[in-house]
Amino acid sequence: MTPVLETRGLSKSFGAVTAAADLNVRIADGEVVGVIGANGAGKTTFINMVTGYLRPSAGEIRLHGDDITGLPPRRVVRRGVRRSFQVSQLFGELTALENMLIAVSMLGNEGLTWLKPLATERFVREATGQLERFAIAEHVHAAVATLPQGVRKLLDIAMSTVGAAKLLLLDEPTSGVAVDEKLGLMNTVMGAVRAHGAACLFVEHDMEVVERYAPRVIAFYDGRILADGPAAAVLADAEVRKHVIGAELHRRGLRERC
Amino acid sequence: MADRTTLGFIVAAVALAAAGPFLPKWLAYLIAVSAALALVVSGVVVLMRAGLVSFGQGLYFCLGGYAIGIGGRYLGLTDAIGLLGLGVVVSVAVAAVLGLLLARYREIFFAMFTMAFSMILYGLISKSQALGSTDGFNIAPATLAGVRPAAEAAQLWIYWLCVALAAACGAVLNLYLRSGLGYGGDAVRGNEIRVEYLGVSAHRLVYVKYLIAAALGSLGGGLTALISGHVGPDMAYWTTSGEFVFVALLGGTSNIAAAYLAAFLFELIKTYAFEYAPYTWQMALGIVLLVIILFLPSGLWSLAARRRA
Repeated sequence: MTPVLETRGLSKSFGAVTAAADLNVRIADGEVVGVIGANGAGKTTFINMVTGYLRPSAGEIRLHGDDITGLPPRRVVRRGVRRSFQVSQLFGELTALENMLIAVSMLGNEGLTWLKPLATERFVREATGQLERFAIAEHVHAAVATLPQGVRKLLDIAMSTVGAAKLLLLDEPTSGVAVDEKLGLMNTVMGAVRAHGAACLFVEHDMEVVERYAPRVIAFYDGRILADGPAAAVLADAEVRKHVIGAELHRRGLRERC
Repeated sequence: MADRTTLGFIVAAVALAAAGPFLPKWLAYLIAVSAALALVVSGVVVLMRAGLVSFGQGLYFCLGGYAIGIGGRYLGLTDAIGLLGLGVVVSVAVAAVLGLLLARYREIFFAMFTMAFSMILYGLISKSQALGSTDGFNIAPATLAGVRPAAEAAQLWIYWLCVALAAACGAVLNLYLRSGLGYGGDAVRGNEIRVEYLGVSAHRLVYVKYLIAAALGSLGGGLTALISGHVGPDMAYWTTSGEFVFVALLGGTSNIAAAYLAAFLFELIKTYAFEYAPYTWQMALGIVLLVIILFLPSGLWSLAARRRA
């Protein structure tokens, strides 16, 4: 079967710096994949290229077999690829409901209305439904700039997953969230993702989270793919332990010392 | 709340129109001038809601005015509505071209580019002998529905025209700012990356807003020309555009009605400040702006919003 996402020889260099080299990734419909790798390993560069934010230096990106290389993000989004952000990207002055209403109206297929109010009954229902799926409906009327980090992350993901999506790329859904809230947040996110049915690739630094939610893991190191396979095998891989997990343990050690 | 503002515009328009014949001349003049100004300012507000400050709405203010002047003088057009329409068509056409460039710029770069384009028009008109150079020229008396009213009646007609157009645009803009496209402006101001990742072009949203602002600027300029009977290149000078921004800041951007109240207040302050302090009236305006920025950074409308909350 044609994979929902297939990249061939995807590379990106900024001058002499190679951010990504020869990335070949295939993701099947509905598959959940965890991505691990130290900072600067090329994880976000990969997501940026797949969603059209960065133009690859070489290689191609296929979505269900269609070449989408070089399309701008809005066109890639229209084809069903969605992403969330490491640092949540929201409309800070507006309320959670307004944020979600804008997402619902913009991702909808009817085009934006000129005079009809944004807050139609149908849109409000759709928006609150989405907020409920992500367990943040209680914050519906709060300005998002005042919300706690975890809620903002959930809202960011909820806005990305409105409507028909084929592939969700979640860039560090738990970054900036307190350690004891991580699993709860991931439970909510992955529950909603599974209900949605789209394939999902998420970047994560916490191996416990990766192990729990990702049947398959891709490990990035220095712009390349170090290992790709079942989670248990990848996490046990000697190279991965040396370059990725070791770095993570080091990172955690630093954090605990701080 | 949307209905309250729309209702407010309708009630205000009916009341002002009915009161028209009984108002003292100076007040009717003040209201008409404010209505024309409010139209231009509401265009500035539409852009501000998208996070953009135009220091060049004088461009369209001037085009709207000169369309009235040139249409009457050289093209033999006298119908006021037709002339206003001509101005809007010309302005939107110009904006459609300039907007292609401007929609790509933000912040100070957008502001400076808009100012530059209006100053180009100022320069062109100032150098043109046929258009009266820096003096401008008097416009031919306009007709309404084929009738050329006597001077007294004409003033009342123009007053009605200003009130009707301003209220109609205000009511429509109020709906627009709460619509999907209207919120698109808030979205662009808030986070363009997110807009792009919601499958919408921020450039296109800005482009549409720029066209709307151009049409409104042109209408305001045309009405101002009809009221004063004169057009001049000062309409495109950057200080004129600065006044529009001033009034937009005075009122605030949270509700379109703020632009209308602020425009009236501005004309009132200007009139009295000019009367009592002919050489320092700008200082009075400056102090007012200072007070507003210090104590009501979201404009006068935040007083109303605060009371409601």
